[in-house]
Amino acid sequence: MNIDKKHIVISTESLTIGYQHKKQDKIVLSNINFSIKKGELVCVLGKNGIGKSTLLRTLSKVQKPISGHINLEGKKLSHYKENELSKKLSLVLTERLPESQLTVYELIALGRQPHTNWLDTITANDTKKIELAISQTDIFHLKDKRFYELSDGQLQRVLIARALAQDTEVIILDEPTAHLDMHQTLNIFELLKKLALETKKTIIISSHEINIALKMADKIVLLKENEMQFGTTDNLSKANAFDNLFPNNLLIFNKTLQQFVINKS
Amino acid sequence: MLQKNFKRHFIFLAIGLLLLFILNISFGSVSIPIKDILNILFGNTETKESWQIIIINFRLPKAITAVLVGSGLSVAGLLMQTLFRNPLAGPFVLGISSGASLGVALLILGSSLFGGYFLSNSFSNWSLPIASSLGAFIVLFAVIIAANKIRNTMSILIIGLMFGSLTSAIISVLSYFSEAAQIQQFIFWSFGSLGNLSWPEILIFFIIYIFGIIATIAIVKPLNSFLLGENYAKSLGINIKKNRNIILLITSLLTGVITAFAGPIAFVGLAVPHVARMLFTTSNHKILIPAVLIIGAIVMLICDTIAQLPTSEFTLPINAITSLFGAPIVIWLLVRKKKLFV
Repeated sequence: MNIDKKHIVISTESLTIGYQHKKQDKIVLSNINFSIKKGELVCVLGKNGIGKSTLLRTLSKVQKPISGHINLEGKKLSHYKENELSKKLSLVLTERLPESQLTVYELIALGRQPHTNWLDTITANDTKKIELAISQTDIFHLKDKRFYELSDGQLQRVLIARALAQDTEVIILDEPTAHLDMHQTLNIFELLKKLALETKKTIIISSHEINIALKMADKIVLLKENEMQFGTTDNLSKANAFDNLFPNNLLIFNKTLQQFVINKS
Repeated sequence: MLQKNFKRHFIFLAIGLLLLFILNISFGSVSIPIKDILNILFGNTETKESWQIIIINFRLPKAITAVLVGSGLSVAGLLMQTLFRNPLAGPFVLGISSGASLGVALLILGSSLFGGYFLSNSFSNWSLPIASSLGAFIVLFAVIIAANKIRNTMSILIIGLMFGSLTSAIISVLSYFSEAAQIQQFIFWSFGSLGNLSWPEILIFFIIYIFGIIATIAIVKPLNSFLLGENYAKSLGINIKKNRNIILLITSLLTGVITAFAGPIAFVGLAVPHVARMLFTTSNHKILIPAVLIIGAIVMLICDTIAQLPTSEFTLPINAITSLFGAPIVIWLLVRKKKLFV
C-alpha cells in the first residue's frame, strides 16, 4: 500500500467543480475522487457538456474548484506558484494559436521557458531536451517549417512535443484528437500511450473517441450526470458503469468486446 | 532561440541608419558642405561659427528627435500588436495618442472657453508637453482599469477605440467654440514637428525613452510567450496581469512623451513592425525589438528628409508625410503578403 502511494502523482479529494458566481455557484459535478499514478495514460470520458473540459481546467489550475482539493506530487495545487507549477504540469489546448511566424522549432523551444533565465537563453541542456522531444514525437522533418503550414495532425504532434520539452511530470491535453480523421486519431493515441510508457510521464486527456480510449487508456475517468467513476476499462465494465451512458439506446455497450456498438434494432 | 544568422541584415541597417542620419543633417535652408558637417559633428571648431550653431542647435537635435520618435513609436506599436495579438494594433488604436491630443486641445482651445486662466497666447515651453502627457496618462489609466476588469484583450482594444472617438468628439466640440487663431495653433501642433526641441528637452525625452526601451528588453521572455496566446503563456509560468500592465505602461510612456514633443504622428507605430517582420521573417522578439528600433529610426529620418527637401525654405508637416508613405506601405504589404502576422 505504501509503495503504491509513493507513485501517485495527482489525486483529488471530494472535489467539486463548477463556476463561481456572486449569488450562487454553478456546480458542474461534485464528489470527484481519483488518484493517478506515474506513467499512466488516463482518459476523461463523458457526454458533451458533462464537464470534461471543466475538470481539466480545474486540474490545470486555470479555474478554481468550488470545494475539495487537488494534490499534485504531495502538495496542494492551490499552494503552487505559477512558475513552480509550470515545471510540474504542461498543457495542450484546443484553442487556435495566434497567427505568427514562429517555426516548429521555435514553438517547441518556447516550452523551455520555465527553465530558462530572464533573457530566455537556450543552454546545451535545453537544446538536448528540445531535440529529445522532437525525436520522441517523430517530427524531425517538420522542425524548420512554420507552424501555420502544418496539417491538424502534424500541429497536434508539435504541440505535444512542446509540452514534452517543458519536461513536466504531468501533461494535460484537452481533446487532442478533435478535427482529426480516424487514422490520425489512432496515431495520436498510440503516440501518447508510447510516451506514457517510455517517459513515465502522467498523461491526462479528454476525448470523444470512446472506443479507442477504452482500448488504449490505463485508467478511465467516466463522467455521468451527478456521479463519476474511475478505474480500468475492465473494472468499469464489470461494474456496469457503461450501461445507459448514452440516452435512447442508439449506442449500447458490448461487454465481451468492451466496446460501444450501434444498436441496429 | 536564434536559428538564422541575421548579422548581415543588422549591419546593413546600421550602416543605412548612419548614412541617413548624416544625410538628414546635411539638408536644410542653408547649404553646408558634408566635410564641414562631419568636422562639426566630431568637435572640430575650425568651421564657420554660424554653421556650428545651425548644426549643433538646430539640425542635430532635430535628427536625434527623429531617431527617438521613430524608434519609440515603433517599439510601442510592436508591444501593442503582441499584447493584443492583432496586426492592426498600435499606439493610435489604444486611444493614447488621442488622449495626448485632448490634453493639448484643452490647453490651446480650452483657454478661450475658460477665460484668461491659461494666459492664452503665451504658453511656456513646458505647458504643451505636460498637457499632452497628462492626457495620454488619463486615457491610459482608464484603459488599465478596464483591462484589469476585462479579461478579453479584444474588448480592451475596442475600449481603446471608443476612448479615441470620445476624445476626438471632445476636441471637435472645443474647436466649434474656439476662435480661429487658436484652432490654427492647434492644427499646427497636430501636423507634428520634430524641430522645436532644445537640448534640455531632448535630455528629458531621452531619459523617458531609454527607460521604456530597457523595460521592453526586460520583458522579452513574456513577449515571446504571448505568441502562443494567454493560456499557454500562463501555463509557462508567466504572470499575465503583471506583464500586461507593464506593456501598457511602457506604451503610454513612450507615446505620451513622443506626442508631447513631436505631435501626434500616425502610421509609424503600425507600419514599422510589419516591415521588420517581413525583412526578418520572424516573430521572435529578440530579433524584432532591435530590428524595429533601427527601422523605425530609419523611416522617421527618411520622412523628415523628404519633408524638408521640396523647397528647402520651409518644411512640410511631418504627420502628413508619415501618413502619405505609411498608408501605401501597409496596403502594399497586405496585397503582397495577403497575410499580416503578429
